[in-house]
Amino acid sequence: MRTRRATRPIQPSRTKVVLAQIAPALGDLDRNLALHLEEIRRAVRAGADLIVFPELSLTGYLLQDLVSECGQQIGTSPYLQQLARASRQIAIVAGFVEQSPGILHHNSAGCFLGGRLVHVHRKVYLPTYAMFDEGRYFAAGEVFRTFQAPWGRTGILICEDFWHLSSSYLLAQEGMEVLIVVSNSPSQGLDASDPPVKQGSWMQLAGVVAQFFTCFVIYVNRAGYEEGWSFGGGSCAVDPSGRTLVQAAFFESDRVNAALEPPLLRKARTAYPVLRDEKLDLVRRELERIAAARYDG
Amino acid sequence: MAVTRAIRRSVSRAGRDDLRVNAAFVEKVLTGFIADETRRAGARRVVIGLSGGVDSALAACLARRALGPRGVVAVMMPYRLSHPSSVKDARELARRLGIRVELHDISPMVDAYFTGDPRATRLRRGNKMARERMSILYDRSMVHDALVLGTSNKTELLLGYGTIHGDMASSLNPVGDLYKTQVRQMAVHLEVPLAIRRKTPSADLWPDQTDEGELGFSYADVDRLLYLLVDQRYSRRAVLDQGWPRAMVDRVIRRIVRSQYKRRLPLIAKLSERTVGVDFRYPRDWGS
Repeated sequence: MRTRRATRPIQPSRTKVVLAQIAPALGDLDRNLALHLEEIRRAVRAGADLIVFPELSLTGYLLQDLVSECGQQIGTSPYLQQLARASRQIAIVAGFVEQSPGILHHNSAGCFLGGRLVHVHRKVYLPTYAMFDEGRYFAAGEVFRTFQAPWGRTGILICEDFWHLSSSYLLAQEGMEVLIVVSNSPSQGLDASDPPVKQGSWMQLAGVVAQFFTCFVIYVNRAGYEEGWSFGGGSCAVDPSGRTLVQAAFFESDRVNAALEPPLLRKARTAYPVLRDEKLDLVRRELERIAAARYDG
Repeated sequence: MAVTRAIRRSVSRAGRDDLRVNAAFVEKVLTGFIADETRRAGARRVVIGLSGGVDSALAACLARRALGPRGVVAVMMPYRLSHPSSVKDARELARRLGIRVELHDISPMVDAYFTGDPRATRLRRGNKMARERMSILYDRSMVHDALVLGTSNKTELLLGYGTIHGDMASSLNPVGDLYKTQVRQMAVHLEVPLAIRRKTPSADLWPDQTDEGELGFSYADVDRLLYLLVDQRYSRRAVLDQGWPRAMVDRVIRRIVRSQYKRRLPLIAKLSERTVGVDFRYPRDWGS
């Protein structure tokens, strides 16, 4: 994985983010690249600093055997090169199937910044239960890392990663100020609630994680249909006090903007210094003890 | 029904509201699904077998909202023993929706087939009627550059209460994840005419046939039981502990297990390294 620290200075002012809740075509990279470039042009015209696309935004989700046919090699993929070129004007987070050396395929999300791919996160937790079958097709990522971006220290998580609190915890301990979560969350569960069951859960988690780690959370889900699945949309941005900044529509393509204002981070971290008081060494010791006991039987 | 009274008495903990849906969201998802999948298949419209019952009426209302009046063709396919209200109610719904209707009487084909076999059972005749209708729908779908819209609800699919390659066949099924009770709620939301909503559910394959009479329990009851067993993953023991009658529970579980073949594609004997449906796995929505 090739990562590179951003060289642009920390931007002192607000960062305008576009949450691009698109509905990619299944397995059609050309059409999806065109869709990305159109959304990117629109965001640039609107003066945005960052545009975030959903998980696997270049390929769609239910690829099955198409996974191996959609794999992109970092450094040689013409699709990733085009996104990198477009990132001279605006920072971009997009999802793709990454083919790593050794012909492993990963469910990856990359941040393109200043003309380069500066960070790649490979999905660590591949859901393989109920309606999901990712473990059959993908190799799991093995690290959670933050990277420096103009808008602050940033972490990327992909869908199921976010349902493991330890993922956000590790990123927060490394200094994360902005958490970008991308997903392909389908509608699941039928009752009378509003928002719909699954989308309501995502909104709650985003609010809770933002408050636990006093960070911005930018959550971007997709819309559209695949194989009878409907993807729920409901992308949102939450400030470091857990307040919702913006909320996209459910079950349809949408495009919403959020502003990351540095004073919001400063206020939350001053008023609730939970990260300052975190006892990392205690956690490490206790985890080692618990792990040792578990394997000792 | 005695079963119903027993259940009402003893099962008070499972909330009556468990099956209620957010009708606005369901409408949005299902109309989007119909519009999106029809476009992806390269078709211009859908054809629906309009029976005069609530399931096909709901499917027609959803399709009308998804594709507009010119995007839906309703096909009425009565047999000579069908209840007269079936065609009348279907025609009235189509008129209200402003969609095109066609009438194809299946009596000549069905009767011709059974001419030499007068002792054929009601079940065989009913299956033949369901498959005759399927055959007509697929032919009409070619005429209209359309997809066949399915109308089997979740209760029927789980209980196997339908004819394989007959009424269970379709290209798209917007109502297959709604229990009958939920179909009824959606029918109210989409203003399906009262005459259709009030009707006793029936496959209408022979006079006086009713679903609930054949199944032996009411939809209101079996939907709640199915919801616990399937959606809430309750074990047999857990539903019995809740007071559901053993005979009904076992009958329902047996029906689900025995009809699994109806919900799957035919089995292919595996020989090669890559076999269709086994390890040749591509999405149907490939490239669209």
